Amino acid sequence: MSPDPAYVAGSAEVAPHVSEFRRFLRVFLSRKIVIFGLVVIVALIITAIFAPFIAPYDPYKQTLDRPLLQPDREHLLGTDALGRDTLSRVIFGSRVSLIVGISAIILAGTIGIMLGLIAGYFGGITFAVIMRAMDTLMGIPNLVLVLVVASVLGGGLKNVVIALSVGSVALYARIMCGQVLAVKQNDYVLASRSMGASNPRIMLRHLLPNCFPPLIVVMTMQMGMMILAEAGLSFLGIGIEPPIAAWGAMVTDGYRYLLTNPILSFAPGLAVMLVVFAYNMVGDGLRDAIDPRLRGTL
Amino acid sequence: MTAYLIRRLAQALVIIILISLLVFSLMRMLPGDPLQLYISENELQLISPEARQALLIQFGLDKPAPLQYLNWIFNILHGDFGTSLFYDENVIVLISERLPITLHLSILALIIASVFGIAAGLISALRRGGILDTIVTSLANFGISIPIFWMGILFIYLFGLYLRWLPIGGYTSPFTDFWLSTRQLITPVFCLSVVSLASKARLTRSSVLEVIRQDYVRTAWSKGLQERVIVLRHVLKNGLIPVITMIGMQLSHIIGGSVLIETVFNIPGMGRLIVSSVFALDYPVVQGCSLLFACIVVMVNIIVDITYVWIDPRIRFG
Repeated sequence: MSPDPAYVAGSAEVAPHVSEFRRFLRVFLSRKIVIFGLVVIVALIITAIFAPFIAPYDPYKQTLDRPLLQPDREHLLGTDALGRDTLSRVIFGSRVSLIVGISAIILAGTIGIMLGLIAGYFGGITFAVIMRAMDTLMGIPNLVLVLVVASVLGGGLKNVVIALSVGSVALYARIMCGQVLAVKQNDYVLASRSMGASNPRIMLRHLLPNCFPPLIVVMTMQMGMMILAEAGLSFLGIGIEPPIAAWGAMVTDGYRYLLTNPILSFAPGLAVMLVVFAYNMVGDGLRDAIDPRLRGTL
Repeated sequence: MTAYLIRRLAQALVIIILISLLVFSLMRMLPGDPLQLYISENELQLISPEARQALLIQFGLDKPAPLQYLNWIFNILHGDFGTSLFYDENVIVLISERLPITLHLSILALIIASVFGIAAGLISALRRGGILDTIVTSLANFGISIPIFWMGILFIYLFGLYLRWLPIGGYTSPFTDFWLSTRQLITPVFCLSVVSLASKARLTRSSVLEVIRQDYVRTAWSKGLQERVIVLRHVLKNGLIPVITMIGMQLSHIIGGSVLIETVFNIPGMGRLIVSSVFALDYPVVQGCSLLFACIVVMVNIIVDITYVWIDPRIRFG
């Protein structure tokens, strides 16, 4: 892949550190929707950590004599077919989304960025092998790939994370590779090499930090995508195993009672949308603050 | 151009071979005995070891994996995708029944997403800061964040159960009953298109905003050209370049989405087939479907690349 001209100019500029950060914050926080997104994300993290204290009931406690209650003062979102409190389950569901999202991004991000760095830096046959492998992963429709990998590995949190990572690693590698191809043209890379710096040193000390900014944006937006994909997997029944409360699986469980208790499906789906929306908006804000020229490419 | 085309096709071939290898090895790692499925499906529980061995040979499962792979590829090149363990039918027959349905949905979704996405993005960029821009931008932001399976359920509830305007799912061929077919397709096609529509609108908007600032657009204005001419000839033509490069990726997204949407709306297409086959360990079907999907995506990407060179004469590949 050829370096995008938008990348070349963006990451090579060096400005005084403090004012650069202030400028970043000013642009980043200039839009209300971005602040809204930040608030939602902070709320999500707090909800996930303190779920046992926030949730009014135990999300796993079945009260079989009180199934499918309509929302009332006692159960704000009613109860599901097993008499479990829906609100409590939505609150606990935030944990799965957050853990899956963060783990998949760390796993896929680390591997993808390293592969992109190696491919872009060494070029030639290394580049060809790595990037063709990434093209292969990109060639299968993402959800189909994730579905097949997840079914091979079997369900459960760890395997869902691995499947999602397999599905998204190519994205990081591609963007990182494009970045490296552009950044390695800089004089400081040549200077460093002429002083006898080793390849790993150049890659990790010079290329990685200078290539990183657009990847922060990608990772933020991928957080939303991972949460969506995890919900999709749970919806199909290949995700997190019951009885663990996961939003996607809750949508499926509620689907059967759509006519009488639509809230069972609506509430968890709405939670997914809100959180994904928040990550997308924060990603937009980050992109504009880091480099508006990345608009359209990320 | 010809050299570029040949190189691009060779690359695509390599990728398709790699994908076939990946799919094949993934399916070999599936837990469970695939033959077990065939045996229980055809009520052969009391099968003798000899007959079992015969079945192994019949499905080619007795040979080592690399040989099985070569065999599979050889057969595919001769139009034989293998036999489904679950349906006991040639995979190509299963696919040919379902592929038209998924293509019907996906192509409609892609067209809707392209037309409305580009139009919305263009209007929103031209009226930047206006009320229309605010509406389009917020809707697009929601569009890229919505879980489509949930949206499908929402629509089923609203239009199917509550208002009773539309059927709640299923698929009818437009050649049998066009009106019913259209009514059944409205919501699934919309759900399938929504993510692409929204991301196209966002991309078109930012791309057009970029182009509007260019000198040649200012020159066009100062020459006294009509707004219509400027927008169509100068702004849109240049602004669409990044949007077009995304089409391949979006088709991939739409096909991926069809897995969810066909499940929600109970549409017997490729997506449903692949989901049920994954659950049933019916690996010949999963292999065939994934390979076919991959071929479609790779081919569309090539077409997109060629269009890209054709639209933008500044880009000339080697």
